[in-house]
Amino acid sequence: MTRYDGRKNDELRPIKIQVGIIKNADGSCYLEWGKNTVLATVHGPKPIFPKHLGDETKAIIDYRYRMAPFSVSERKAPVPGKREKEISLVSGQALESAIFVEKFPNTVIDIDTIILSADAGTRVAALTAASVACANAGIPMKGLISAVAAGVVNKECVLDLMYEEEATEGTTDMPLALLMPQKEIVLLQMDGNVDRKQWETIIEMATKGSEKVYELQKKALLEKYPIEGELDE
Amino acid sequence: MNEIINTLYAEEVKNAIKAGGQRLDKRKLDEFRKIEIKKGGLNWADGSAIVKIGDTEVVCGIKFEIGEPYPDSPDQGSMTLNIELTGIASPEYFTGPPTLEAMEYGRIADRVIRSAEIIDFKDLCIIPGEKVLLIFIDCYAINAAGNIIDATEIASICALLDAKIPKIDENNKIIKGEYSDKKLNIKKIPLSFTFEKIENKIVLDPTDKEEDAGTTRFSIGICEDKIVSCQKSKSGTFTQKEILEMTDIALKKYGEIKKEILKYIKM
Repeated sequence: MTRYDGRKNDELRPIKIQVGIIKNADGSCYLEWGKNTVLATVHGPKPIFPKHLGDETKAIIDYRYRMAPFSVSERKAPVPGKREKEISLVSGQALESAIFVEKFPNTVIDIDTIILSADAGTRVAALTAASVACANAGIPMKGLISAVAAGVVNKECVLDLMYEEEATEGTTDMPLALLMPQKEIVLLQMDGNVDRKQWETIIEMATKGSEKVYELQKKALLEKYPIEGELDE
Repeated sequence: MNEIINTLYAEEVKNAIKAGGQRLDKRKLDEFRKIEIKKGGLNWADGSAIVKIGDTEVVCGIKFEIGEPYPDSPDQGSMTLNIELTGIASPEYFTGPPTLEAMEYGRIADRVIRSAEIIDFKDLCIIPGEKVLLIFIDCYAINAAGNIIDATEIASICALLDAKIPKIDENNKIIKGEYSDKKLNIKKIPLSFTFEKIENKIVLDPTDKEEDAGTTRFSIGICEDKIVSCQKSKSGTFTQKEILEMTDIALKKYGEIKKEILKYIKM
């Protein structure tokens, strides 16, 4: 079976990552992932107001995943729905596992991601961008968060579903995020219908895919912060 | 309960787990608490159930309403699942607008039932593109003692199995208190299995004290031999091996829990 855009089953869409493109933010990232475009910014750690919202043991991660009204074919109301709130919650928890939050008690780290154009896989694109933006902001982290979805379309296990595949009837979609290079799972969601064998296959596929995403994130960051005076010279 | 006592409880849970995988209530790591179900009994609900998992208790009531279909599925009805975590259930909860926690629990339970595709929403169509039946599944936690997610899911599925579809008059309005002969025709029981990771050990069906001691949660939806949904939450991490281990426990336990439920429910 061939895919809509001719990709192999375990092939990612083209990904382009730009680091630090917004002056006013402590950290930022612009990311193009197939036909998805995402903007992520980071502000903080900064004192939290009102103070009672703070935690005396760690920084609060305030992660927002939002879809612009013009990011999908039917205009989406700008007020966040339950889906956006849930994605914000689990994505924030995923990033929290990477950040040394205990170093910044009574503060908040604001992480804003906005989908400018959506083509399936937006939560993993946003999380991938947010992780790069956190690195750009100089936030102490155990590693980067690298994410991608895998799933089952027409009984085939495939990596990185695009809109046409996600919209196919009976599709299973499973966004996964890893803390890299530790390879620990920090986000995993799924809805669909798979047997045990397909389940293991798509988890492995998304793990391998996330490792590829990690290489692209590293490349973008090292281009922004090149190693000076290479030893070989 | 005050915060320091909760911290002490969490310490006790962790110490027991560290001392050799013991749980404070003597359960095995992959053992569910006792499940008790009361189906029906709420006069004004079109279907209802009260589910107890140990000390956790959730009530679910179903109401049908007539509404418009979604533009992308003009010949189908739809369902909405909601869980309220109010001050009734725990001193940790406060009455007021729904919390993120409640919203997430509802979404997880909703996904298990939705993905298993046990309801044929085309059966709920009255006039294509104009009028369909909407199923409102409303749950309240009565006592929160851990694992509200699975209790909500089981209560919802039991209430759905109890539900009768209302009669509709010639003006396409629901006739209150009268029911058609049609049922929702549910043939499978999807079940949610929630795990908590505590001190690198994984326990099934966590109590509230175990939830406080844990750093990571995983819920997986199983329908017969298929995996239909999942959600990892909280700020800890899992290895791929742990995810597959939890999957296998859930698949193995499915038959046992389904049998427990069928003691109370006829399909």
